[in-house]
Amino acid sequence: MSDFQFEKGKMVPVPSHSIIPERDLGHVPVLECSHLGVDFGGLRAVDDFNFTIGKTEIAGLIGPNGAGKTTVFNLLTKVYTPTRGTILLNGMDTHGKTTVQINKMGIARTFQNIRLFSNLSVEDNVKIGLHNQKKYSTLEGILRLPSYWKTEKEAHQRAMELLSIFNMEYMANWRAGNLPYGAQRRLEIVRALATNPCLLLLDEPAAGMNPAETAELMENIVKIRDTFQIAVLLIEHDMKLVMGICEGICVLNFGQVIAKGTAEDIRRNPTVIEAYLGKRGAESC
Amino acid sequence: MKRLIIRKKSRKNFITYGVVVAAFIVLASVVSAGAMPSALQGLLVPMCAYIIAAISLNLTVGVLGELSLGHAGFMSVGAFCGATAAMALNGAGVPDWARMAAAVAVGALLAAVAGVVVGVPVLRLRGDYLAIVTLAFGEIIKTVVTNLYVGKDPAGLRVGFLNPDIGLGKGGMMIVNGPNGISGITKISTLTAGFVIILLCLIIIFNLVDSRSGRAIMALRDNRIAAESVGINATQYKLMAFVISAAMAGAAGALYALSQNTVTANKFDFNTSILILVFVVLGGLGNMLGSIVAATVLYILPETWLRQFSDYRMLIYAVVLILMMLITNNAKIRIWMGKLLPHKKEKEGEAHV
Repeated sequence: MSDFQFEKGKMVPVPSHSIIPERDLGHVPVLECSHLGVDFGGLRAVDDFNFTIGKTEIAGLIGPNGAGKTTVFNLLTKVYTPTRGTILLNGMDTHGKTTVQINKMGIARTFQNIRLFSNLSVEDNVKIGLHNQKKYSTLEGILRLPSYWKTEKEAHQRAMELLSIFNMEYMANWRAGNLPYGAQRRLEIVRALATNPCLLLLDEPAAGMNPAETAELMENIVKIRDTFQIAVLLIEHDMKLVMGICEGICVLNFGQVIAKGTAEDIRRNPTVIEAYLGKRGAESC
Repeated sequence: MKRLIIRKKSRKNFITYGVVVAAFIVLASVVSAGAMPSALQGLLVPMCAYIIAAISLNLTVGVLGELSLGHAGFMSVGAFCGATAAMALNGAGVPDWARMAAAVAVGALLAAVAGVVVGVPVLRLRGDYLAIVTLAFGEIIKTVVTNLYVGKDPAGLRVGFLNPDIGLGKGGMMIVNGPNGISGITKISTLTAGFVIILLCLIIIFNLVDSRSGRAIMALRDNRIAAESVGINATQYKLMAFVISAAMAGAAGALYALSQNTVTANKFDFNTSILILVFVVLGGLGNMLGSIVAATVLYILPETWLRQFSDYRMLIYAVVLILMMLITNNAKIRIWMGKLLPHKKEKEGEAHV
């Protein structure tokens, strides 16, 4: 897989003399969870979740429905406050941080049930993602000072660059709520990337996509990782996608990790087969 | 039908500016030609005040997506503070226009302070709490002002609460006289002033909406969780929109007060808040031109040609409001309207965007 970079708003492969170390960063952890857990009343939604992901790693979080996968995402982004355990992001404790602060620290996410700003245009959705990247004050905006025009132009260019990852530039003026389902999922990824994260959380990115779209999405996820040099953690039910691109896989069931390892390990793991994949499902992958 | 493609907002903004400027030129020339009945002429400045109140509420309801049921409360704050400022400056050798501007500025500023006081605790909550608290705020302001006594004597302003005896010195003058409100106001607000404030408010709102902060505010309206996940501070931007809205309502209140002989607290009651909300809903949420047209029509009609029905005003508004909601949400009626008015077909969606 070759690297890509932006040139005149288009994504082009990085020249071969590039010295970006492709896998060397993979083992430096960007996120470390230890003994993470949360209770909702008497229910232990997630318990003793230990997980590490490297700086340019693509990892998968799988498990049956209700296993607590989305809850883990909500814990990582502080939508829920963990009852137990710690989350270290780039070695910094995220205890007591809010969702907004977590995003500023470098975690961006998409949602299982798409949450776009559906009344706004596609471009505005991406520009909202750039909120903390391209800044000027409210007063500068109202008075239309030069900094407004300069920053808006930069934001527009950056938004177009980001949309070009999925070839969505021509949709820039469309109303986000009117996009086809697959495009809405892709736009969520673009918006998350706009926040300049070091860890991207994708919650069922391929849900509702056909096999061709899923194959394209797989390529794009790898392309994003290589271009931005970020870690990607994804929840997905599509085993082809998970087994195809994830370097590490973590299997959850009833809020607990039942297996961790490479795609090959997981496929052979009898506990996982029993709890989740089913024998035939495992063979078909 | 919601439109697939969102056109550049700038065109619609220019239409709004154009309509306002054209309307002002027409009205001003009719007034200066002496062709306008004096009864109608007296309604022009209050009409401007209601238009400002309507577009400011549209910022809260249409752009921020929070329901405020006490907007008249902010108008009240602006009206009484503004009128007090104007009367305190009376006889100080300040020209009328400067007194007017000072009154509007004081009204806007203190209404903004009230906006912060109401907004800080409430905007942190989710759901309909803002509507409930603003409703209570409107009533509280009414009660406070009904029991407020402010006077002026050579030593300065004197303020009393519940007790009319505020110890005015020699040559003192009562400004706010409890339940009787403020009387003997010199009418110094003009149509031109009203027009300038409308235009300023429109510029502020349109420029805000089409900027980083405005997008953040609309993002919070569309999806708060997603907005926070991309690093937008919900409380900060909600408060910003709400306070700007409150300040504009305060300016509207000051403008209104200075066009009347007498202003009492009862003028800015719950019915007035609902009246402004009706302007906003009928004009279309987020649609500033709609609010302006709705405020103009719904303010002028009951005061002039439909005077005999004015007792039934709130009843009719309620019925109109319910009918509007039924019509705009009924697919069959919309298709039928589309056939009837083919050129309106595309415009249907604009009110929703």
